[in-house]
Amino acid sequence: MGVIALHPSDLAVASLLILGDALISLVFRLRFHRSLIVAAARMVVQLVAIGFVLRFVFAVGQTWLTLTLIVAMVLVAAREAAARPSRRLRRGGFIISLASVATPALLTCLFALLTAIRPHPLLSPQYAIPLAGIILGNVLNAASIAFSGVFDGVGANAAAIEARLMLGDSYRTAIADLSRDAIRRSMIPIVNQMSAAGVVTLPGIMTGQILAGLDPMEAVKYQILLMFLLAGGSCLASVAAVSLATARLTDPRGRLRLDRLADR
Amino acid sequence: MCNETPLLSVDDLRGPGVGPVSLTLAIGERVAIMGASGAGKSLFLRQLADLDPGEGSLALRGERREALAGPAWRRRVMLVPAQSGWWAPTVDIHVDPSEKAHAATLAHRLRLPDDILTREVRVLSTGERQRLALIRALTRSPDVLLLDEPTSGLDPDAMAAVENLLMEYSREGTGIVMVTHDAGQARRVANRSFVMEKGRLAPAWA
Repeated sequence: MGVIALHPSDLAVASLLILGDALISLVFRLRFHRSLIVAAARMVVQLVAIGFVLRFVFAVGQTWLTLTLIVAMVLVAAREAAARPSRRLRRGGFIISLASVATPALLTCLFALLTAIRPHPLLSPQYAIPLAGIILGNVLNAASIAFSGVFDGVGANAAAIEARLMLGDSYRTAIADLSRDAIRRSMIPIVNQMSAAGVVTLPGIMTGQILAGLDPMEAVKYQILLMFLLAGGSCLASVAAVSLATARLTDPRGRLRLDRLADR
Repeated sequence: MCNETPLLSVDDLRGPGVGPVSLTLAIGERVAIMGASGAGKSLFLRQLADLDPGEGSLALRGERREALAGPAWRRRVMLVPAQSGWWAPTVDIHVDPSEKAHAATLAHRLRLPDDILTREVRVLSTGERQRLALIRALTRSPDVLLLDEPTSGLDPDAMAAVENLLMEYSREGTGIVMVTHDAGQARRVANRSFVMEKGRLAPAWA
């Protein structure tokens, strides 16, 4: 089975669907046509750009270049994870986000490269970069849900948390319910993804590999590996995000410091 | 010698919207604080309970606040706010298992129904929550009770029951700092009364 190469004109035909959506938005005054077209244009430009970047990095095959690209991806993911919750830390939000996204993603990525995939060299770009990308995407999602759970949840639950503090409970005890809830919630997407995989949906990576001509069973094995990696990374990320975020909302006296949060 | 050490000493306490305030509370003493809404009364109580960052010194029986961890301080200088918070669905979870009988006795004294501890928090009335929040604090035996309008939602009978109970605890040595809008209550309950204005205390009835 070979790859059926797509011609730009094929993509142009497919883009008619976007124009159709925009038309529906205009006719029914749904007011999403602008953002839809902007998003579609961004998507095309970003993907074409990354295509060229990847082609270049693969051709050069230098470890430092691979690492530079991964670091850039990590920085963007950290910024995005910090930006999603509706409330944010006045100070130190990006550092926390960076730690909660980078550490789990890089550890998971390294784990996969060292145990399951074992490419030569270890950091060969065609393995390391896509792997880092998909893990970062999921870790970013888990971390941002965890941040929302803490930063948005702490306002709604302030009376209950402070009630425990007033009765002499430690901050750790007072915040425990909220922390557990935030971690649990950030694990829901990956749990749902695994439950639905193959029954309701064919995961994107697998679909891509099958379309690109890989044997379905090989694609399935990769997909299973990825799901395990994503679950591992998501859990690490949400635990890190919740621990670091809740730690920022207290002080050495064990108070709840809502003054450290700001609305966007 | 021991009697000369105040229960709570507040010296030059300052925080956002509060202070400077200096005050001493003797063992078993009851202080009432009145004043317009927004004068800083609740913020002052939060400062005393070490719930907000501030400056100045606080000491309990001569022991400085810094010598105790935050939770240990708050267990001994305990705030019961005007709006109580609840972290579990039913009342009994908020009371230590070894204190259930004690809580039930107090509930009876405060004219609450016998099965109140088994009820769900969401079905409680404002006045029931207020009294249960007080009971929850009393079962933990603090040295100082900080009460923010403890009887604002209560009928005269329940109010009298709360006041009597507070007098009893005060006789046993508990210090009480109470914010109230009710001058009659201040006269009935407190040994000393103050008015707070723009975060500062001045003696009442001057």
